[in-house]
Amino acid sequence: MRPLLSRRALIAAGSATAASLVSSCEKMSDSPNLRWLLDFGEFMSLHAQRALLAGQPLVREYAEADITPDFPPNGTERPAGMGYFQLVMSNFAAFRLTVDGLVDNPLSLSMDEIKALPARTQITQHNCDEGWTAIGQWTGVPLAHLLKTAGIKPEARYIVFHCLDEMVRTPDRSGFYYESIDLFDAFHPQTILAYGMNGKTLPLAHGAPLRLRVERQIGYKHAKYVARVEAVDRLDRIGKGKGGFWEDRGYQWYAGQ
Amino acid sequence: MADVEHETAPAPALPITAPPMAAGTAATPLPMPPDAAPDSAPAREVMYRHSITVRITHWANVVFLTLLLMSGLCIFNYHPSLYWGNYGYRGVPAFLSIAALEDIETDEPVGVTTIAGHRFITTGVLGLSYNAEGAPVGVAFPPWMTLPGGPGLALARDWHFAAAWLFVLNGLAYLLYGLLSGHFRRDLLPASRELRGRNVLGEIWSHLRLSRARGDAARRYNVLQKLAYMAVAFVLLPVMVLTGLTMSPAVTAAMPFLFDLFGGRQSARTIHFITANLIVLFVLVHVIQVFVAGAFSGMRAMITGYFPIRPEKAR
Repeated sequence: MRPLLSRRALIAAGSATAASLVSSCEKMSDSPNLRWLLDFGEFMSLHAQRALLAGQPLVREYAEADITPDFPPNGTERPAGMGYFQLVMSNFAAFRLTVDGLVDNPLSLSMDEIKALPARTQITQHNCDEGWTAIGQWTGVPLAHLLKTAGIKPEARYIVFHCLDEMVRTPDRSGFYYESIDLFDAFHPQTILAYGMNGKTLPLAHGAPLRLRVERQIGYKHAKYVARVEAVDRLDRIGKGKGGFWEDRGYQWYAGQ
Repeated sequence: MADVEHETAPAPALPITAPPMAAGTAATPLPMPPDAAPDSAPAREVMYRHSITVRITHWANVVFLTLLLMSGLCIFNYHPSLYWGNYGYRGVPAFLSIAALEDIETDEPVGVTTIAGHRFITTGVLGLSYNAEGAPVGVAFPPWMTLPGGPGLALARDWHFAAAWLFVLNGLAYLLYGLLSGHFRRDLLPASRELRGRNVLGEIWSHLRLSRARGDAARRYNVLQKLAYMAVAFVLLPVMVLTGLTMSPAVTAAMPFLFDLFGGRQSARTIHFITANLIVLFVLVHVIQVFVAGAFSGMRAMITGYFPIRPEKAR
């Protein structure tokens, strides 16, 4: 049978390809030729989940009895630097949250002013990208309320959260944590800037005085120590241009999983 | 005859069949019945066994499941503990955990796997492995099993979600084909007579003897094959997808019943891991069975579609 040889060659070639596939995946990951494949999952999840969430359902909320003890803090647990230290010593009396960028009326709010705004309390599941989850109660001002008060301009597409914690110390001070979400998530009723956790003031380790809760995405999107909320039309001019501290280091911008 | 040469030709070194090679070599020296000697064998019939859709989706699955497994193990390494219920983190009692600990007698690091309170020393494979220089590395699954082979959660997640979508699209194509073409009804659904105890026991016995199907019996899957393939295609793989989706806060916002279906967010993660292990177990048995049944003809059938039918033994 003549075709036998060619078939055998085909199988051998196929097996060689399969053998090299997995071992070379890593090297290929660095190559821009493969970036489209690595981005395929994020692209598909973003569009499929946006279709699934078109009705803006709420994530499941739990009872007080479900709150887990010792909710683990992740990332920065106490920002370094004199500026933050002084804020802590003054019990955040000198703290101001800035809401600016593509808005009609930029805001500068003290913690007392923020706590006087309409508040939302929710008991939700926190999902870390490493795999652990914990349940906590969060109290804060809905981001939608701040954005409506500031009057967001029609060309705004993303909301950027600038944080007080410097993850990487560099001479140009570009290593501060930051995050961004689009308006779909920014106006979701459960997207809040929280100042309370489990019925108490938000602890330092969890992002005092203010942290983001964006419940339909995972851990690293929930920026802590938020001091400035900026409305922008594009993300490529901030940080390294990928929309967040971890995104600039290879993590997916859309993290609904 | 060329056909007989196929059977005795040394199996090409295929990476996916590499681990069970020992089982394959154990199976090949099975005594060939004298009546199956090349000179007395009747002309062997070749049947068209696997459609092009089945062949393409099968090999695509090999690639996607390999990527999913390896990237999944890398993600697992970032929190190598599994829990039951709705929550789980460092300090919460774990159902399974893999860690590098220190032996209090020797002060040497050891890999320890704890399952339901039982501790197993798994140094070298789980919890603690050695790098190329022989230095111990505290990592749950060793780098040779993971994608990427070392730290890289962002990259592992990129691979995992890209491969997951490709796997789902491939699986949907297969399910659609299987339903519309009659492949499921014709080839996978066992007839009621096949499910009778006597037949099932007979099949188990013939599997234990590592005997090869001949004649008419070789034309179709046996009942154990049918049940195994159906369990994988309709239970294990769908459970993988659903437990994976249960870990998505976006998906569960729209479908909170997924939490209840699997008994909570962390239970879903644990079931995801256990089911992945069951799929690996299936693949090992499946590859061993391909060797028992004739590695070359089996491999050729899944590539070209054509499968040689071994004639009935002369009685």
